[in-house]
Amino acid sequence: MIPISRNNKNSGHLFPLIQRQILSPPLIIIIPSSKMIHFVLLISRQGKVRLTKWYSPYSQKERSKVIRELSSLILTRAPRLCNFVEWRGFKVVYKRYASLYFCMCINQDDNELEVLEIIHHYVEILDRYFGSVCELDLIFNFHKAYFILDEILIAGELQESSKKTVARLVAAQDSLVEAAKEQANSVSFIISQATK
Amino acid sequence: MNPFSSGTRLRDMIRSIRGCKTAAEERAVVRKECASIRAAISDNDNDYRHRNMAKLMFIHMLGYPTHFGQMECLKLIAAPGFPEKRIGYLGLMLLLDERQEVLMLVTNSLKQYPTKISFPFSYIHAALCSIRIIKKVPDLAENFVNPAASLLKEKHHGVLLTGIQLCTDLCEVSTEALEFFRKKYTEGLVKVLKDVVNSPYAPEYDISGIADPFLHIRLLRILRVLGHGDTDASDCMNDILAQVATKTESNKNAGNAILYECVETIMSIEDSSGLRVLAINILGRFLSNRDNNIRYVALNMLMRAITVDSQAVQRHRATILECVKDLDASIRKKALELVYLLVNENNVTSLSKELIDYLEVTDQEFKGDLTEKICSIVEKFSPEKIWYIDQMLKVLSLAGNYVKDEVWHALIVVISNASNLHGYTVRLLYRAVQLSGEQEILVRVAVWCIGEYGEMLVNSIGMLEKEEPITVTECDAIDVIESACKQYSTDLATRAMCLVALLKLSCRFPSSSQRIQDIIAQNKGSLLLELQQRSIEFDSILQKHQNIRSALCERMPVLDESTYVGRRAGSLPAAVSTSQGAVLDLSNGVGKPSAAPLVDLLDLSSDDTPVPNSSGNDFLHDLLGVDLSIASTETGTNQAQKSGADVLMDLLSIGTLPSQSSLSSFDGLFSSRDNSASVGGLENLSSNTTLPVQASTESGGFPMMDLLDALSPSEQNREDSGPTYPSVVAYESSSLRITFNFSKQPGNVRTTLVEANFVNKSSNAYTDFIFQAAVPKFLQLHLDPASNNVLPASGNGLITQKLRVVNSQHGKKSLVMRIRIAYKLNDKDVKEEGQISNFPPGL
Repeated sequence: MIPISRNNKNSGHLFPLIQRQILSPPLIIIIPSSKMIHFVLLISRQGKVRLTKWYSPYSQKERSKVIRELSSLILTRAPRLCNFVEWRGFKVVYKRYASLYFCMCINQDDNELEVLEIIHHYVEILDRYFGSVCELDLIFNFHKAYFILDEILIAGELQESSKKTVARLVAAQDSLVEAAKEQANSVSFIISQATK
Repeated sequence: MNPFSSGTRLRDMIRSIRGCKTAAEERAVVRKECASIRAAISDNDNDYRHRNMAKLMFIHMLGYPTHFGQMECLKLIAAPGFPEKRIGYLGLMLLLDERQEVLMLVTNSLKQYPTKISFPFSYIHAALCSIRIIKKVPDLAENFVNPAASLLKEKHHGVLLTGIQLCTDLCEVSTEALEFFRKKYTEGLVKVLKDVVNSPYAPEYDISGIADPFLHIRLLRILRVLGHGDTDASDCMNDILAQVATKTESNKNAGNAILYECVETIMSIEDSSGLRVLAINILGRFLSNRDNNIRYVALNMLMRAITVDSQAVQRHRATILECVKDLDASIRKKALELVYLLVNENNVTSLSKELIDYLEVTDQEFKGDLTEKICSIVEKFSPEKIWYIDQMLKVLSLAGNYVKDEVWHALIVVISNASNLHGYTVRLLYRAVQLSGEQEILVRVAVWCIGEYGEMLVNSIGMLEKEEPITVTECDAIDVIESACKQYSTDLATRAMCLVALLKLSCRFPSSSQRIQDIIAQNKGSLLLELQQRSIEFDSILQKHQNIRSALCERMPVLDESTYVGRRAGSLPAAVSTSQGAVLDLSNGVGKPSAAPLVDLLDLSSDDTPVPNSSGNDFLHDLLGVDLSIASTETGTNQAQKSGADVLMDLLSIGTLPSQSSLSSFDGLFSSRDNSASVGGLENLSSNTTLPVQASTESGGFPMMDLLDALSPSEQNREDSGPTYPSVVAYESSSLRITFNFSKQPGNVRTTLVEANFVNKSSNAYTDFIFQAAVPKFLQLHLDPASNNVLPASGNGLITQKLRVVNSQHGKKSLVMRIRIAYKLNDKDVKEEGQISNFPPGL
């Protein structure tokens, strides 16, 4: 059910983000804990960022540092190893679907298996929404991927465990947008604008 | 409205960015897009605002700056239409974080919404919002207890999920809330869990045959909080936990996630041994599972279970040990941590043997962690000294290069204290070096021991019963040192240790002294100043001062174990911060901060003359600390004497900086003498000796510097590096001043050596003084240990610390550094931070 990438253009990647970590200076990142998920990252196999969602405050600089560190840590792991890596006192749960790595950062004592289940939950909803989702869908419709994620997680906490409900909510919002567009394109609206 | 000015569509922009072949091309496209978006912003264009925002989000994701678009989010939010609002809020979440003040403006827009929102969502969002509030302001918890409790009665899963989460968090921040929920809601929650567990198939929530595992997990979690430390509540949930533990399917991830949570709950609530057995069995099953994820969580769980039931965990020792050898780095690491917790007096021998055997075959990146843990285990549980020495030598032979300095320093302390094992150890080391000469740390320890106990090696003194006899000639022993000297020709510390060992052996092996002298003489031309200086000094001891040589080459006094252990306490097993001042240099043998070693070394304690006046001391002073006399004649200050003491210290502590504490004690020693006497004594002596320096002493002052050791490192650097750089005051506050002195390594323009001096401007001493620095990526920073960690009051002394900065962008970018200073003032922690950007240009 989970799609295989139908995009091979992607292999012509430009600048791999995978870099050797240079001796890092003392840690400055401070994160208030006791939140279920600290951030969500989608990274392509080439190290390109496809989606980032931060539930704990990180500065722009820290964000790119985190992304760099994690892509070098995760993308280099062989297949069939476990889906968890320890990183700076946190745990990052990741799972690869076709060419994309879905990563979520949690606290040391959170339930890793549950987070794997949350990742899968998200992927299934994406799959239903796009109809056999692939990386290209998420590139060109990245905002849709965000809208869906926002219906599943808020402030790093799971808010909805029903796939159907999420799909219904996103569809309702989409139809609101469509209605607004139609109105804007309708003849009467254009006339009223022109005669104003 | 001009349709041609609106730029490209979002889709087209993404396509053209993806079509870029190089980074430069991509930057150009992004620059063009940003320019047109900026133009649209300044035109206050309404029609394409949300499209521009979407573009900005994409550009943001690529890592380009987009701050100029932040205000556009607010305008979109305030727009009347839904599409604009939707994109506006998304932009707000992506482009801003909660620290930005712009967010204050958003609240105004929010207030204009009608407050009535449809049922479940308002509940869900209110609950999640409350979680945030109580996390930030725990005092407000009591206001949320009742509304939160009412959510537990809802049937809607989303509301239940978030409601339970809110209650769990309330229990964590407030004991009153915990008591309230425990008394009134334990039974209710148990019933909810029962209903969920037994609920019929519901396609909406079903995940691999289980109805809403997320809800299961959250229920188990809140029961854990309620049951912890309360027998009644624990009893109440026994049955349902047993049901979950036995009935949950464990062939899919969702089921295992529930079992995992259930085990944790069983381990946390009050004792019910029947349940515990169930939980331990589940863990055993997990541990032997083929799925790596399951094994990982099993190890994780066992680590927590060890405090509850260590016997049960011990039963899985063999399996855990297998996991240490797993292919998966995450599993290996977890398993190693667990093994570390499992070690006790009874199993230390077998476990450490297993680990050491594995050290031989493991891959490089794991060796560091493994070595550290083995050393720590061996130190902590060693039943006897001989076992400790045996194990440490095995580790040194297999992974010597991963052993931390303080670990092998501690080994030398132990060796020095085990007088009955000196012979055994030195012979063992001799054998080991023949086999694993590539392990530098092993070689260092061997060189030190051969220097100290060389005669025991050659004459087979102190043979233990289990030892095989070995014939080593003086020549063989010197061979080891000579080849070490050659092999590690770039490492100052090793070579310096070799030189000291040779000097000592010249006494132990009188018949080989000519050969030793030749080897030492080879270093006279060394480019490393320290080596050059020492070899010249040692050479002159060998040639001209036979009368004091034997006294100088006495065996090291036994190093004080308790002092060392005390100073190291707490530093294990955690890594020692590099900026810590109190790193002990044991190799030099003057680890003890007192004058005693010096006295012993010179064997002065035998005659009853007070140390400062003894002629031997003066003589040594003259011999080794020549620049004392120059400096004294020149300035006559204390400072100069200190530098004399410094040189003397250097001789004894070759290759490593003496720690400030020992230095200051020597300082005291010398300053007790008045200046003129010291100078007088020195002059006397120099006229009695045939030292090459004599002539220059008479000619007065400076020329002598050229002859012997006056080529102090800084001097040398200045000569070689061409340009000099002015010192700067890098940081100054009301309490502290930091000055930086710069020098360059000859032949390496990228590397700057910085000597940081810290001066205390207040009237109270600072203790536990730590200096930390961070640099941007184009720089590499190496901090040497500080000279001390106590900074005396009112500038009565300073701490120095050396930094080495490598600038990969030399000539393009100048140095910049962010610093943090932490210390204790009257037992209170003080922190200061700053940024240094006033480095002299050209560094």
